[in-house]
Amino acid sequence: MARLYEYQGKALLQQFKVAVPRGRVARSPEEARAIAEEIGKPVMVKAQAWVTGRAQMGGIKRATTPDEAAEAARGMLGLKVKGFTVEQVLVEEQLDIASEYYAGVIIDDQAQAPLVMFSSVGGTGIEEIAAAHPDKVARTHVDIETGLQEYQARNLVRRTGIGGKLQSDLAALLVSLYDLARTTEARAAEINPLVQTTDGKLYAADCRVTVDDYAVFRHPDLGIEIAREYDRPPTPLEKIAYAVEAKDYRGTFYFIQMASDFKKGEGYIGFHGAGGGGSMMSMDALLRHGYKLATFVDTSGNPPASKVYRAARIVLATGPIDGYFGSGSGVASQEQFHSARGFVKAFLEAHLDVPVVIRLGGNAEDKAVEILEQLNGRIPAPVEGYKKDDSPEFCVQRLDALIKSGELRDVPPPSPRPEPQRPYRFETVTGGTVTYDHAVCATCESKVCVSECVPKILTLNEEGLPVLAITPEEAKKGRCSECLACEVECLFRGAGGGYVHLPIPGLDET
Amino acid sequence: MSILIDQTKRVLVQGITGREGMARTKLMVGYGTQVVAGVTPGRGGEQVEGIPVFDTVEEAWEKAGPIDVSVLFIPAPLVKNAALEAIDAGVKLLVIVPDRVPIYDVLVIARRAKEAGARFVGPNTLGVLSPGKAVLGMMGGAAASARAWFQPGPVGITSRSGGITSSMAYYLSREGIGATTLVHVGGDAVVGLPHPEVVRLFEQDPETKAVVMFGEIGTSQEEQVADLIAQGAFTKPLIAYIGGKAAKSGTRFSHAGAIIEGGRGTYEGKVERLRAVGATVVESFADLPRATKEVLARIA
Repeated sequence: MARLYEYQGKALLQQFKVAVPRGRVARSPEEARAIAEEIGKPVMVKAQAWVTGRAQMGGIKRATTPDEAAEAARGMLGLKVKGFTVEQVLVEEQLDIASEYYAGVIIDDQAQAPLVMFSSVGGTGIEEIAAAHPDKVARTHVDIETGLQEYQARNLVRRTGIGGKLQSDLAALLVSLYDLARTTEARAAEINPLVQTTDGKLYAADCRVTVDDYAVFRHPDLGIEIAREYDRPPTPLEKIAYAVEAKDYRGTFYFIQMASDFKKGEGYIGFHGAGGGGSMMSMDALLRHGYKLATFVDTSGNPPASKVYRAARIVLATGPIDGYFGSGSGVASQEQFHSARGFVKAFLEAHLDVPVVIRLGGNAEDKAVEILEQLNGRIPAPVEGYKKDDSPEFCVQRLDALIKSGELRDVPPPSPRPEPQRPYRFETVTGGTVTYDHAVCATCESKVCVSECVPKILTLNEEGLPVLAITPEEAKKGRCSECLACEVECLFRGAGGGYVHLPIPGLDET
Repeated sequence: MSILIDQTKRVLVQGITGREGMARTKLMVGYGTQVVAGVTPGRGGEQVEGIPVFDTVEEAWEKAGPIDVSVLFIPAPLVKNAALEAIDAGVKLLVIVPDRVPIYDVLVIARRAKEAGARFVGPNTLGVLSPGKAVLGMMGGAAASARAWFQPGPVGITSRSGGITSSMAYYLSREGIGATTLVHVGGDAVVGLPHPEVVRLFEQDPETKAVVMFGEIGTSQEEQVADLIAQGAFTKPLIAYIGGKAAKSGTRFSHAGAIIEGGRGTYEGKVERLRAVGATVVESFADLPRATKEVLARIA
């Protein structure tokens, strides 16, 4: 779920006609001073970070004068709060608080419907409040087709013992909050505290909005850079990984960076699983052996070889891992040789020199392991592939043994790929380029590219050289599924004239 | 008997001409599923694996006959439209395979399904498979693999992870324990048929003698299953493994549903609750076959 900052949530609330304290964000103490001057009365200075409990960390301060506001801002900006660096502070007017309430909209997964909650008692720990004061908290599910009706909101507020004009005002606010949640596709939208000031008006003093990861693509206006829930800001590699996934719906590529700034020999492993459940279990096995994860990756749901390749490259960019370990459920339904080819391309390019153990169990596992193990002798690293009858525990033991033996093959790095003399090129759906050097292809006897091409889009022309059997436009639209057979099989069993360039925005430049 | 799918159900494939649609129609047909039609708007008149393709679900129903189940292989942003189309046309069971379907779209689908008396599995599901009978979705990948891995038998399998559904069934089968039906409930937070609903179906299936459940951190599905046991609504033995023990709060471990929020949905909470109502919860995934064997021996 993608979290919005408080000030972003408040901007949205304003759009939905919910009053918020006057103010805006500052990125420097001077800006904070200027805003406080504009407001012309005592202000609150609030660190903008995705954490709860800011007050205890010194992330919320009162400031009576603009100078004090600048001081408060100076103390907060650049502060590290639970892994987040505070880059902005919200400077807003102090409210004369008469009462505090809670209003929230969440998704109730059991009821398969949004749930609106209101409490006549605000403050942290709505669950605890609900338990201690059940008569002060009311909840109602919302019919997604009709939305929250004003009368439903009024009935809800009445149940907490509030009547009269305040009841109507709160009801209107709850309707607006629900509309906000529905429009932005929020997993949760909460106002806590919802403040009634001494003059009787209602303000959202603080708010927390998290948007459904899977809906972010259709809300570009929200400016959410990366749709993942982390307990810290995304790392550069996570942003790169997210960009790969965001544009490609084929299969899943999920990436969390688990460590940075580590050294070789510290036991950090590039973990690359397949399938969330199996990956979590295989992760457990690795941890039990005393290893640490540099990454947690899941490529599953039948991703193309290109996606697995990119994932592997990003894992390798994390740092000096001591080994590369892949394991999922062990009995994958997807054809596993696609992943195998993705790994092969990435490990060849990296000329990998740390042991590789990948459990490629499942559909077409024999072919997958055969392809993977062709890496032996082509890179310094020992490479072992395993199947569904091999447990994750056994595979970790193998990795452990290979790492401890330290044995590497004496394989010199390959010479850089020469410029193609007779290039035949076409583009792919993720911005890649497939190139066949026809000068090399002319020497090839097997022409495996054609027979191994999974979508079967290649043919031999009059000269007996591989070309598209479809138009380049069709290939680019996705008929070329980036299976990497024309590079990997060409390398193993052909003349080596085929090459698929797959750019990874953000990574190639580093 | 099996639940949800067998060879008598008439199946539609929505998105049949896409990459997955084609590959898994081949799987389904090869495994014996009665696939009667496919739909890809704009591609009416074509054929995939001998199955006629239509432009709309209504037309498929009219021309190919009534449809019991529709399996969706459609890009996530387009799923809602396709699911509503199927429900409105009268389809009573949907299997929504794609990952990353927006949650509000799922809520709309759930609402419409409820109104129409329809149900759906997923989203983000590998599918449903009744060994020796039929398969919906991707489970097994290819017909030959599915036939080799899965044997019919007395155990119902329900899992929050796709790959694990297959591996549990395979490892059990290797120990001589077959299954009535394998169900991947899906990796998302809001799914059409969560564990408690699947377990209810297994309760009603006379051939299912016990249920093996793969649970995960996040959501309250496993706790709800415990509630069903406590209420006497689910009376068959349950053997469970809960994944995600090492996961920290606040971080999603791939599955959108696998996130511990505000102290709820923890590994410890689920294990305790299940054990408290008498379910067998194994510490290690590798213990599932042995534990299941013991349970089956006891009730024999």
